[in-house]
Amino acid sequence: MISVKGLTKRFGANTVLDGIDLDIRSGERVAIIGPSGTGKSTLLRALNFLEKPDAGSITIGPVTVDARAARAADELALRRQTSFVFQNYALFANKTARDNIAEGLITVRGWEKARAHARADEILSTIGLSDKAASYPAALSGGQQQRVGIGRAMAADAEIMLIDEPTSALDPEWVDEVLQLLKRVADARQTMLIVTHEMQFARDIADRVLFMDGGKIVEQGSPDEMFTNPADPRTRAFLRKVL
Amino acid sequence: MRPLDLDYMLGLVPVLLKYVPLTLAMASVAMFFALLLASLMAIVRVMRVPLLDGFTQIFISFFRGTPLLVQLFLFYYGLPQVLSFLTAINGVTAAVMGLTLHFAAYMAESIRAAILGVDRSQWEASRSVGMTTAQMMRRIILPQAARIAAPTLVNYFVDIIKSTSLAFTLGVTELMGAAQKEAAGSFLYFEAFILVAIIYWVIVEALTVVQRQLEARLGKAVAR
Repeated sequence: MISVKGLTKRFGANTVLDGIDLDIRSGERVAIIGPSGTGKSTLLRALNFLEKPDAGSITIGPVTVDARAARAADELALRRQTSFVFQNYALFANKTARDNIAEGLITVRGWEKARAHARADEILSTIGLSDKAASYPAALSGGQQQRVGIGRAMAADAEIMLIDEPTSALDPEWVDEVLQLLKRVADARQTMLIVTHEMQFARDIADRVLFMDGGKIVEQGSPDEMFTNPADPRTRAFLRKVL
Repeated sequence: MRPLDLDYMLGLVPVLLKYVPLTLAMASVAMFFALLLASLMAIVRVMRVPLLDGFTQIFISFFRGTPLLVQLFLFYYGLPQVLSFLTAINGVTAAVMGLTLHFAAYMAESIRAAILGVDRSQWEASRSVGMTTAQMMRRIILPQAARIAAPTLVNYFVDIIKSTSLAFTLGVTELMGAAQKEAAGSFLYFEAFILVAIIYWVIVEALTVVQRQLEARLGKAVAR
C-alpha cells in the first residue's frame, strides 16, 4: 500500500510537484502520462528521495516519511521499499550483468554471495539473458541493458517498482523486447508506477492511468475511460496530439 | 676529455643494486599511505564534510604550496625540536612520512576529479538500490574512479620513486646516498651518477609495463 499526501517539490521559483495526493493499492499498476516537463519523472524520483521533496508525506509499506523531517536513515528505509528502473538504464558500469542484479542483495540485504548469484541467475533466465551473465554493460545493447535494469529492480522484490520512461532512450528496434518484459512483470502483479510515452503499452498493462500537467494530477481513471472518454480538456488535447 | 672508467662502473652495479630494495620499499610504503590518505581526503572534499573539508583544503594547499625538500627538513630537523616525541624518528621514517603527506595532497585532487568524473547515473543507481554513502563509494564509485585516476596515480608513483632520492639529504643511505658516497671515495662522479640515473630510469620503465597491465585490468568493464 502506497500513500502520498501533499507532495511538493520546487526548483527555485518553479513548482514542479504541486501538492500531489496519490494512493496505490498492493498489486496495482499505475501509468502516468502527460506532456514533457510536467513533473512526471520528478514524482517518481521524489518517491524514493532521489529528488528530495520540499513538503508532504510518503508511506510505502511499513515506512512513512515526512519530507520536512526526513533524515538520511528515513531516506534509506524508503528506498529499500522501492526499486527503480531508469530511462538511461544506469547499470553499474563496473559490474557484470549478474553482479548488477546481485549487488543490492549482497550489499543492502546482506545475502551471501552464492545465494545472491543463484537468484541473479534465475532472474537472468527470466529476462532471457542467461548467456550475458558475465558481460559488462558496455558490451550489451540498449535493450539488453534495460532488461538487466529491470532485472535489478525485480531482484529488490520491492513494495513498488518505479519505472521512469523505460523505452525513451532506446533505439526503436529494442523497444518491443523491453515492453514485453515489463508486461510480464506487470502480469505478475508487481505494484508499479510507470511514466511512459507508449500510450498503447499504458493501455495494455495499467489498472489506472494518471494524467499530469503543471505539477498536478489533472485526471485519473481506468485506461478505457482515460483513452476513450477523458473528461478534462487538457487530457483530450494531449491525447489528440499523441494518439 | 677523459675516457669512461667502465670497469669501475661495472663493479659499482652490484654495490648500488643492493640499495634498490630500500628505495622501492620507501616508495611503496609512501604510495600505499598516500593513496589511503588521498582517497579519504577526496571523499571528504566531494561529500563536503563539514569542518574536515576546510581542514583538508588547508592541508592540500600547504603540501602543494611548499617544496618537498623544505617539508622533509621540517619533519626531520625541525619538528623534533618542538615535539619531543619525534626525536626518535629516523631518516627513513621521516622521508616516508614527508613523501606520504606531500604526494597525498596531489593525489587527493586527482582522485577527487576522478570521483566527480564518474557518471551521475552511477550515484543515482547506487542510491536507488538503498546503498549507504559508504557502500556506494566502496562498491561503485571508487572502483570506477580508480580507472579514471590510474594513469595519473602511476605518474605520481614514478615521482615518488625518484623523490626518495631526497632522503639522502636526511642522512639516509639509499640509492642516491650510496652513489654519492661511492663517488666521493673514487672521485669518479660522472660514472657513479650516470649509473644511478640509469638504475632509476630502468625501474621507472619497468613500472610502465605494470601500468599497462593495471590499466587493462581496470578497463575490462568498459572494453567492448
